[in-house]
Amino acid sequence: MTDKFDKEPADATPSAAVSKEGGALPPEAIKAIPVRHYGRWVSGVVVLALVALLVNAFATAEKIQWNAVGEYVFDSTVLAGAGRTLLISVLAMVMGVVLGVVLAVMRLSKNPVTSWVAWVYIWFFRGTPVYVQLLLWFNLALIFPVLNLGPIYKDEMVDVMTPFMAALLGLGLNEAAYMAEICRAGLMAVDEGQTEASHALGMSHAKTLRRIVIPQAMRVIVPPTGNEFINMLKTSSLVYAVTYNELLRATSTIGSTSYAVMEMLFVACIWYLVMTSVFSVFQYYLERRYARGSLRQLPPTPWQKIKANMLGLGSERGK
Amino acid sequence: MTAMVKAEGVHKSFGAVQVLKGIDLEVKSGEVFCLIGPSGSGKSTFLRCINHLEKINAGRLYVDGELVGYRQKGDKLYELKDSEVAQQRRDIGMVFQRFNLFPHMTAAENVMEAPIQVKGVSKAQARERARELLDRVGLADKAGNYPSQLSGGQQQRVAIARALAMDPKLMLFDEPTSALDPELVGDVLDVMRDLAESGMTMVVVTHEMGFAREVGDSLVFMDGGVVVESGDPREVLTNPQHERTQAFLSKVL
Repeated sequence: MTDKFDKEPADATPSAAVSKEGGALPPEAIKAIPVRHYGRWVSGVVVLALVALLVNAFATAEKIQWNAVGEYVFDSTVLAGAGRTLLISVLAMVMGVVLGVVLAVMRLSKNPVTSWVAWVYIWFFRGTPVYVQLLLWFNLALIFPVLNLGPIYKDEMVDVMTPFMAALLGLGLNEAAYMAEICRAGLMAVDEGQTEASHALGMSHAKTLRRIVIPQAMRVIVPPTGNEFINMLKTSSLVYAVTYNELLRATSTIGSTSYAVMEMLFVACIWYLVMTSVFSVFQYYLERRYARGSLRQLPPTPWQKIKANMLGLGSERGK
Repeated sequence: MTAMVKAEGVHKSFGAVQVLKGIDLEVKSGEVFCLIGPSGSGKSTFLRCINHLEKINAGRLYVDGELVGYRQKGDKLYELKDSEVAQQRRDIGMVFQRFNLFPHMTAAENVMEAPIQVKGVSKAQARERARELLDRVGLADKAGNYPSQLSGGQQQRVAIARALAMDPKLMLFDEPTSALDPELVGDVLDVMRDLAESGMTMVVVTHEMGFAREVGDSLVFMDGGVVVESGDPREVLTNPQHERTQAFLSKVL
């Protein structure tokens, strides 16, 4: 049965080859003078000139102490700050993803109570600025001086709500609301036929979700989650407000004592760029993994592209 | 011969729309039972009721003597738990119009998935069985391909192999060739013909009148949610008694 299907093209090729050998001339390649795009050249020159002016302005500005930038990039206080930025971002993101998945499942559940509670949570945490939420957590001691969880736990709120805790709760709970919507969209994007096929095979709800729906939803969930994390790396600079000593706060402190305010902001920029760039690469590979099956051919990794180019050059030289 | 599927006054409505208005029919064990009719006549819905993808609103539906989706105690009906419904579905294979292969798994993995997850078959055994089944549908060389790398006809044959992997006693086909290019229809029908010859009980919703005539043991013409005419496919197709059947067949034949 397959043979029938497979053979047709196989039969077709030899006959085509015969006709070629039979003397038909190969078609002559078109040699035409391409259209000249003068507009492209002009706009290219204008943009290059503007970029050169900008670079020159920064490079020659007398008030910028470029050596201070170099001096402080690997300063231990700055490195510790960058480490804390990374730590709070990762922890808040983990909290956001876990809670987000729970909220997404709650919203999609048939139980009206859980779905309504999840809706209200998302409504509140998406509807208020994260900066305000951070301040709310930080100042919680004003209305609840003592944290009393009955027999389990009791302590002064100021001891519990350290800058770290306020930052983690503020960023993590806010992120959960966004992650919930991303996860919900991902789960709903999977065709209903997939669930039906799985159920028809006798697979349970849980197995259908775990083996069939979630792996396909991941393809929709992973890219925006990567964006969320990169956003989180930058949004974490807001925890400056709750006195958590992350990258921005670390550099600003040095800046205000050494009078190199702008220089230290450049240092902060460098580290933010390093972190976001590294995670962008990581995200590319992650997306590639979850594209299995949905693309006929996976896009090449940058390394594969380089290798292919090298081989291509080599063979051309060989000719 | 015992009845594999028995429907008694099956009703189904979606909201205010009544799709099935009292279906009575019997599918005997080992026969190929064809359902034909215009779109919207309820034939696909009825098929989906057989493995409880749709809940019926009234009547009774039995598969192999067992009530589908419910348990009867005295004169009271109890809904089955999800796990019990899943248990019932194990023995009923289904092939969909749009294939519904799992796109993130290769052809072999598609076939292996349910035996491993549901029956607890070992991976090696499942792989061996998948190889056999793919060979049976003529796709032994495509085991490692993802569905997106297969033609529609090949995907549908993998879907048939996937359903067979659970060793069902009944196979449901929901317009299995309607989404295919005309030239690929033959391959799928060949596989179904082989399956019929092996003695599998099959309920087939189809527009392929040639297949119904050649392979079918019984045929039912449905329209407007009721069975209009039924009988031997050759008789019904060549000499329809009811005028609605005549009108429908004059359009499709």
